[in-house]
Amino acid sequence: MTPAPAPVSATAPESTQSFVLLRLGERRFAVPASQIAELVAPSRVFRFPHKSPDVEGVVLRRGRMIPLCDIADRLNGKKLATRRFFLLATRRFGAQLDWIAIPVSGECELITTDMMEAGSNDSPHVAGWLSHRGEVIEVLRLAVLTPGPLDHGALSQSAELLEARS
Amino acid sequence: MNASSYANAHQPRTEQIILFRVSGQIFAISSASVQEVRSVDNIAGMAQDLPESTIRKVRHSIRRGDRTLYIVNAALHFGLSPQPASLVFFLRRTRTALLIDGIEKMTTMSRLQALSLAFQGDERNWYRGLTSLDQTVIPVVKPEGFLSLEELTLLEAAQLAADTRLISVDTSGAHVQ
Repeated sequence: MTPAPAPVSATAPESTQSFVLLRLGERRFAVPASQIAELVAPSRVFRFPHKSPDVEGVVLRRGRMIPLCDIADRLNGKKLATRRFFLLATRRFGAQLDWIAIPVSGECELITTDMMEAGSNDSPHVAGWLSHRGEVIEVLRLAVLTPGPLDHGALSQSAELLEARS
Repeated sequence: MNASSYANAHQPRTEQIILFRVSGQIFAISSASVQEVRSVDNIAGMAQDLPESTIRKVRHSIRRGDRTLYIVNAALHFGLSPQPASLVFFLRRTRTALLIDGIEKMTTMSRLQALSLAFQGDERNWYRGLTSLDQTVIPVVKPEGFLSLEELTLLEAAQLAADTRLISVDTSGAHVQ
């Protein structure tokens, strides 16, 4: 699958930082490395009654109970067929840091490159775009893509952008 | 600070909990919030039907002194498939009597983790948070989360209707005599 060229203007601001590239099915995405805590082998998912349909359950890692959310469904239109790792990431809602576990289907890669910030036509979950080995890759805004407090949406976007720029 | 107060300050705060079962799922509740545990058979004769209850999880009430408690089916509350309940928890400082399948054990938790912000549904009212025991995750229920103020208002209306019906049956019985 050939990704569409990034819809950004030549004057879009760029910032150099580290990103983790993750694979979800056929596509690769990026998340600022500052938001990634760990990449771990898939472990038991604990399920209990709740009414948050995007949360599958929680995983237990170093005593911390972390909700598991398959974002492939939203990005690719289908859930992952195989889960090779769980990527443990953090999202910021105002002053509060909140953890999330994301199943990924392949190895992750750490790169340092320039990010072109998203344009006004991009989806809210896109923080920017990377160009890496001839591939144009979406940088994900996890606080928008994964479930969280609705009224913190704008706050988390700005917090993540600040974090991405720092 | 002397040695013993230093040690006390650095001991993790623990809380005694009861692990209980509802439709195969394990939950925890602070033992301090359970006033009494009775078997279902034991309270069967004391429970009053609430035929006009619009709250599916509540079909009966029970008088405890001058208070009316509502018997909440925990399985229906959590959206689980109901199984025959065997025990009732009378919850302290609430108007809830909770129907459960059984008690697993009493134990101690040393850490309660607040529910992640990823959880944004009714569970925020259901649970105080999560705890991990023996490498298992267990939700810790909020005793006051079983009946909302709105549900209590509806149940009070259903209780009034049930009481009125009872009085009218008694009165008509008196006429027959």
